[in-house]
Amino acid sequence: MKQFQYVRPTSQQSVIDALTKPGTKIIAGGSNLVDLMKHGVMSPDKLVDINKLPLRDISSIMGNVRTIAIGALALNSQVAEHAMIKERLPLLSQALNAGASAQLRNMATVGGNLMQRTRCPYFYDTALPCNKRNPGSGCGALEGFNRMHAIFGQSEKCIAVHPSDMAVALAALDATVEVVGKKGRRYIAFKDFHRLPGDHPELDNTLAKDELITNVIVPENNFAKNSYYLKVRDRASYAFALVSAAVALDIDNGRIQDARIAMGGVAHKPWRFYEVEKALKGKPASTETFEQIGELAMQGAKAYKENAFKLKLTPATLVEALKHAARIA
Amino acid sequence: MKQQQDPNKAAYTEGISRVDGRLKVTGAAKYSAEYNQGNMAYAVFANSTITKGTIKAIDTKAAERAPGVLKVITYQNAPELPGYQTGKDPSKPPAGGGPLRLFVDNTVKYNGQPVAMVVADSFERATYAASLIKATYAEESFQTDVTKNLDKARRPGGVRTEDYKRGNPDEWKNAEVKFEAEYVVPIEVHNPMELHAIIANWTADDKVEVYAKTQGVKSTQNAIAQAFKLPKENVQVTTKFVGGAFGNALRTWPHETAAVMAAKLVKRPLKLVLTREMQFNSVGYRPHTLQKISIGATKDGKLTGLIHEATGQTSSFEEFTEGTVNMSRFMYACPNVGTIYKVAPTDTNTPTWMRGPGEATGAFALESAIDELAHQLDMDPIELRLRNYAETDPENGKPFSTKFLKEAYEMGADKIGWKNRPSKPGTLKEDGWLVGYGMGSGVFGAHRGSATVKATMQANGTLLLQTAVTDIGVGTGTAMTAIASEAFGIPSERIKFELGDSSLPPSPTQGGSAITATVGSAVHDACLALKEKFQQLIGNGGADQPDYVKVLKDKGLPQLDVTITSSPSSEARKYSSYSYSVHFVQVKVHPATGVTRVTKVVSVADSGKIASPKTARSQIVGGAIGGIGMALMEEGVIDHRYGRYVNADLAGYHVPVHADIPQIDTIFVNKPDFVVDPMGVKGMGEIALIGMSAAVANAIFNATGKRVRELPITPDKLMA
Repeated sequence: MKQFQYVRPTSQQSVIDALTKPGTKIIAGGSNLVDLMKHGVMSPDKLVDINKLPLRDISSIMGNVRTIAIGALALNSQVAEHAMIKERLPLLSQALNAGASAQLRNMATVGGNLMQRTRCPYFYDTALPCNKRNPGSGCGALEGFNRMHAIFGQSEKCIAVHPSDMAVALAALDATVEVVGKKGRRYIAFKDFHRLPGDHPELDNTLAKDELITNVIVPENNFAKNSYYLKVRDRASYAFALVSAAVALDIDNGRIQDARIAMGGVAHKPWRFYEVEKALKGKPASTETFEQIGELAMQGAKAYKENAFKLKLTPATLVEALKHAARIA
Repeated sequence: MKQQQDPNKAAYTEGISRVDGRLKVTGAAKYSAEYNQGNMAYAVFANSTITKGTIKAIDTKAAERAPGVLKVITYQNAPELPGYQTGKDPSKPPAGGGPLRLFVDNTVKYNGQPVAMVVADSFERATYAASLIKATYAEESFQTDVTKNLDKARRPGGVRTEDYKRGNPDEWKNAEVKFEAEYVVPIEVHNPMELHAIIANWTADDKVEVYAKTQGVKSTQNAIAQAFKLPKENVQVTTKFVGGAFGNALRTWPHETAAVMAAKLVKRPLKLVLTREMQFNSVGYRPHTLQKISIGATKDGKLTGLIHEATGQTSSFEEFTEGTVNMSRFMYACPNVGTIYKVAPTDTNTPTWMRGPGEATGAFALESAIDELAHQLDMDPIELRLRNYAETDPENGKPFSTKFLKEAYEMGADKIGWKNRPSKPGTLKEDGWLVGYGMGSGVFGAHRGSATVKATMQANGTLLLQTAVTDIGVGTGTAMTAIASEAFGIPSERIKFELGDSSLPPSPTQGGSAITATVGSAVHDACLALKEKFQQLIGNGGADQPDYVKVLKDKGLPQLDVTITSSPSSEARKYSSYSYSVHFVQVKVHPATGVTRVTKVVSVADSGKIASPKTARSQIVGGAIGGIGMALMEEGVIDHRYGRYVNADLAGYHVPVHADIPQIDTIFVNKPDFVVDPMGVKGMGEIALIGMSAAVANAIFNATGKRVRELPITPDKLMA
């Protein structure tokens, strides 16, 4: 890999200042970035290690809406095993534990998890075309090995998927990403944090170049009793999702009061199913209800040569996850 | 044939613990990449990004100027190796194809072929400099997909790969019940934990020490001596530990020769460790193979005809063959049998034997097909096998030296609870999952070769055994210690088995499940010979277990040794000798998502007497896990538009993780075969895996009613 500078500032301001210089990248757990640097996919001139910043807390915040704030440097394993998260946001805990391996979860941070890049093999191999890595070079996956690729929201320029499990749960839980940059602090709704590829697949998210993720804020909800993360993959652990579903239901007296659904492995970002959520409201929490929403869920889906199975696996996984969440599986 | 011992003697039934286990778990075991030398240089390759063509230009200037770089080697400046000059043109391997030779000309034969080697004073600097090398190519059209090159399929040379015919193979077409199907095994990559590594250190102009990952120190010594035209004894190869190989260190690869050459050029010890990516395109793989099985049977399940055809992939420059169809010739008693084996070239590197090799590929087809026929006959698949049980070898009419396959079927069926298997597929459900049972058999030749062992009783009472065999992790050192303990009659703690050094007496390369029988026989014979020598030394009335320390002291001897070469008897040729396995599995398949979980495994081995029960169990468990990987997840994927792997890492190429593996029960029939060797042991490395993928596929069919004939059986192939 290319030689680079490495700094480890202790203040947020110096991190933000450092980021104004092009070729600078933040490193936290490094579980994805170092890999990308070894492959020559990313070759920053300077790494800003933010591990000395005080961003590891997980705390409950009282306000108009009670929220839980998770520091950007909280480790994936720390969040997954945190008593308050397990009790109030079990969906997030489940999703985290479905991701990567225990070793990686002990290194990877919450902020870094949001910033991880696609595992599309064409993105990873600098000898192959990829519009995300090298804009204008073409999409290798479009007519290539696209078994793992997107069926929702993709463009002709890029059909890659976002690899995170945690982000799928956070999308379902209507989280907010708190960021700090030159212009100060701002809050990005989770659905607006990651982007669809469109004409600019090189951009994964809407974070400005000088911005740093400081917290992920999750509003408390009534979903703790009836939520479920189901990940379908090629082996039992340590594999990216073929598809995954984060499902949260608020069930009262057998009827669905409210629902949140996001899926992974199907799009360039965690994919929310707003129409399905609406359709479930007021319906009985039954197998029959769930099996009826498959068609609605798949509206607008488009598959390629090797991922056509996702057109069936996606609704099947969604229905299974809903059944588990409603405790009728 | 003499020395018939009780197979149930304590040393065999209880067994000793792995003799190098402590070294391995404490990190004290030293692997090839860890023999760091003073002033060591590091080599890293720059690899081709095209699949076929010629290098038009290669710009190495930036790399040469990069910090720490000692040398950049390409075809333009690489010295000719004296041993490569077999013909007028050194770039041309011997007639009939041959291994790739690096840096001899500007041709590119496969994607990922090294086009330059950078040598620098650190690994990181060499890696960076290699990234600066820019090659431009004249590309030619290519084909990496064997299914598109079937028109180029040909019958290879070689006796065991010729067409085989017994009776009239086409007789299956006239049968009451007919079955025909095609099966596909994709490219599989060995992917052991340990990456290929070599350290070369020239100690004189014509003398080199090598630490290499190899399954045979003697064959590596030969290959290097040949390439550099050195006397063999001037090449010292040391391989004390191997972190798994599964066949990919059976031969000396071009990168190893290149490393030895580079060390000579820079006049420093040199280390080369291949990247994980290069495990896919530089050190062989299980070839993508297409098979067809055609079977005919009577209504009551007697086979009347069987044809097994296979076409396996090889490279454009070298012919690789394996025994894909051979099992079908003798596994079942059937009067009319034909096998046809072909190879088709692709623009890839050359495949090599991967655990079980061709037999594992062939058993997936044959043992799936037998299961399919049983279903068609509405017959229990074990019953079908019993009705066609071969009591003598149908291929050559010879008696089997021993065969306890019937017992193995019974033991395994009992242990897994075969009686719970639903006779109608797709009918057993548990907690929303479909449950099924399946079985498949494996068979592999019980080979034995020649080996030489030196046995020395040392003054301190330790018995030292020495031979050049390697232990690729299977527990050879432990098995040899157990055999010596039994033969010499002293506790294993007083025995030291020294291996992995080319200066020791010769042993064959570790492969083909032959080492325990081969080297074990030499250990056994050497132990008996040394005992005898002691008896002669003591004279009349010597005790069976003399005090060796005292005897040596009394006679004023520093030690007493014998060197014995042991070879198979001619008697053995009168028999057919095989090891058998039967794998039983229970699976659960989720009907909606197609996810398969293997929930129970029972593997039974009929492989003679068990020399070392603990390591034997580990070997069977490892093979079963490999078989689960083969069945459910392993596939090397090439994007044939580019000829490049698109999953050349352990995130993209899946092998089982702990969560994929249930409790695995291993059962040994444990009956000796004294025809094969004096201990009655037979190999088990291959049979541990052969037949397992079919067992899983058959269980999945039993659970779901879905028959998948193309591996791996991923969820997309099973979902509703």
